[in-house]
Amino acid sequence: MSRDTKGDYYPRDRQWQPPAHAPGYKTSVARSPSQPLLSLETTLSEATGPVFPPQDLGPLDNDLIRNFARGGDPVGERIILHGRVLDENARPVPDTLVEIWQANAGGRYRHRNDTYLAPVDPNFGGCGRTLTDAEGYYVFRTIKPGAYPWRNGTDSWRPAHIHVSVFGAAFAQRLVTQLYFEGDPLIPRCPIVQTLPDPEAVAQLVAALDMKAAVPFDCLAYKFDIVLRGRRSTYFENRPEGN
Amino acid sequence: MVQKLDYLKETPSQTAGPYVHIGLAPGAAGFSIFERELGWDIAGPNAAGDRIRVEGIVRDATGAPVKDVLLEIWQANAAGRYAHPEDPSGGAVEEGFRGWGRVISDFDTGLWSVETVKPGPVPGRAGALQAPHLNLWIVARGINIGLNTRMYFADEAEANETDPVLRMIEQAHRRETLIAPREESETGPVYRFDIRLQGADETVFFDI
Repeated sequence: MSRDTKGDYYPRDRQWQPPAHAPGYKTSVARSPSQPLLSLETTLSEATGPVFPPQDLGPLDNDLIRNFARGGDPVGERIILHGRVLDENARPVPDTLVEIWQANAGGRYRHRNDTYLAPVDPNFGGCGRTLTDAEGYYVFRTIKPGAYPWRNGTDSWRPAHIHVSVFGAAFAQRLVTQLYFEGDPLIPRCPIVQTLPDPEAVAQLVAALDMKAAVPFDCLAYKFDIVLRGRRSTYFENRPEGN
Repeated sequence: MVQKLDYLKETPSQTAGPYVHIGLAPGAAGFSIFERELGWDIAGPNAAGDRIRVEGIVRDATGAPVKDVLLEIWQANAAGRYAHPEDPSGGAVEEGFRGWGRVISDFDTGLWSVETVKPGPVPGRAGALQAPHLNLWIVARGINIGLNTRMYFADEAEANETDPVLRMIEQAHRRETLIAPREESETGPVYRFDIRLQGADETVFFDI
């Protein structure tokens, strides 16, 4: 009897994940399905997903301090952002694409639709990407983003955050999220954070200050581990589906 | 007392927000940074099969176009093979065929459009065959966790009739929300796939 680790993906815990309709985050009201999602068991279409070879990426892609610099460094607090991508079985997810994007130190995005009055930083693009190594480890160098106001309530401010996109090995594992920074008083006030029903889920999105990974006299570090869906191990052949 | 199960919890999702393009399609955000942006060519130059265009508009509950949406497409090639090691073929597809693409809507109109090849039928569960389809993943401001759906092809009526996923949709008329009609244009066939996030003609979304 052998252990096949390529079984179905565990269903998402929809009580843990944010609901589609979260009225405190106003934009979700008209953009949320009202019919229940139809639950599918994993087929080949969900168990597969895009593969990204190393040659897709450039050498500076994970260094946001340098990858858009125009003769100087960006303004702001220099940080290392690092961690591991694991699955729910605590196995590393190797060779997977991690992409990040963020505002600059003043809370302004380099985006044609962002009109916030804080200035664009000529030396900061605000995006990066990397592949995890064989142990699921990833690292970026960047600057800590600033908070900024947004139109939800008239006093809504986003806590400092970095957007994170992860693929995993299968389309079923595709995930986009945001990481926050330890100690930020804006976290509990944020309507987008508050879409999460469980305080433990919020805690999982707060990157920890990691002095052991900081570079002395250069930059601080924050650690952010990412967990993607796991999949069943099957010890016995599945019973064929019948109706 | 009882032993503790040591599974980890999946990282909670948060909306991709209005500036998702910076990270996933920086050219659309208005700047050039990477030597190679990912996801703009699904099929590559060597893929066999019918070259097609797929276009549509994502609409919200009020009927307004969602103008800051990003979609990802994952599909098999014309032979029904995914470019992935778990495919029964081992991922043996044409050189340059990725099967994955990323597309954003026009900021003014909400229209999105992508060129690819029409996929073939792919294996389903327990020996069943699935009708040709595109797998879609949709994120935008206001979408708290990415939405999964599928696009099927109207000119595959026979295969659609027996598709195990379409057949699971209890309200038969809602299956139509996943079937894209085909039109002929000067540049070849175009499939129109409008997505309705909420409302009377709400698209069927999946918990995959």
